Amino acid sequence: MSLQLRINGEDRTVDAGTIMELLRSEGVDDTARFVAVAVNGAVAPRADWTTRSLGNGDDVEIVNPVSGG
Amino acid sequence: MSKITPSNKLTIADKSFDSRLLIGSSLYPNHQIMMDSIAASGSEVVTVAIRRINVQGGGESVIDMLADKYHILPNTAGCYTARDAVLTAQLAREAIGTNWIKLEVIGDEETLFPDVEHLLNAAEELVKDGFIVLPYCNDDPITCRKLADIGCAAVMPLGAPIGSGMGLRNPYNLEIICDQASVPVIVDAGIGTASDAAIAMELGCDGILLNSAIARARDPIKMADAMGRGVEAGRLAFQAGRIPKKLYADASSPTKGVIGA
Repeated sequence: MSLQLRINGEDRTVDAGTIMELLRSEGVDDTARFVAVAVNGAVAPRADWTTRSLGNGDDVEIVNPVSGG
Repeated sequence: MSKITPSNKLTIADKSFDSRLLIGSSLYPNHQIMMDSIAASGSEVVTVAIRRINVQGGGESVIDMLADKYHILPNTAGCYTARDAVLTAQLAREAIGTNWIKLEVIGDEETLFPDVEHLLNAAEELVKDGFIVLPYCNDDPITCRKLADIGCAAVMPLGAPIGSGMGLRNPYNLEIICDQASVPVIVDAGIGTASDAAIAMELGCDGILLNSAIARARDPIKMADAMGRGVEAGRLAFQAGRIPKKLYADASSPTKGVIGA
């Protein structure tokens, strides 16, 4: 399924129906311990990744911890 | 001679720490120096930031190296609104599995001073959402009191602008904050060298959070050791109680029995 999404601030067209499919198509290791996702300004818990459908225009943030002060 | 260390622990919310130094994980020359510096500092709490993922990253990530050894304190660095800070905190909780957050809401790029209005709003929302909130804030006793009243687990007034190494620009305000505080006071930002950390602790601060002063030192591992000792020395001196300052001399040797008198 082709969707128009905003992914980490970039407007893109991707072939993904769920969060899990999006992570895989983006090359994100969905088993990695420290990844978190938000859709339209709300956290999408890991437990929902396989079932949570994305829709056209959704704003997705995929983040992880990095060095910080 | 045995090394005397402060016996009392730093307690924040439900956790107690032997070390009163909290340390950042950024700006080190490399990962090994970071790990060695953190170890040398004696810190048990290490801060990280939350950023959009970089799938081309490669190599072991900092969080993988730190997570099992230290209490991780994620921050909301880089956020300019309460909304972004709250979402970043919630993403951090999901990613790391901790409800602790170092809350930063920045008001200005040049000074990196906090935006008090957004900070208070974000703190209130996060406390309601079950977070242990440690806010980076101005060295203003009123803001600190409001943050404590909201339910923040500590207040973290700046000593000087982030990364400036200027030390304590307003030690008198910090002393008032320490005197009035109902929660631990941790000086966050501005520390340049070990004596700055010691002075803050002598004023009665409960802890120090720093990053640049160690990571950007010529020898970060040695500076980390110095900072750990500076914090301990300052705490001991605070507990011991300094003598009053006087304008004129007060002889320490006996004044009687001097020859020729």
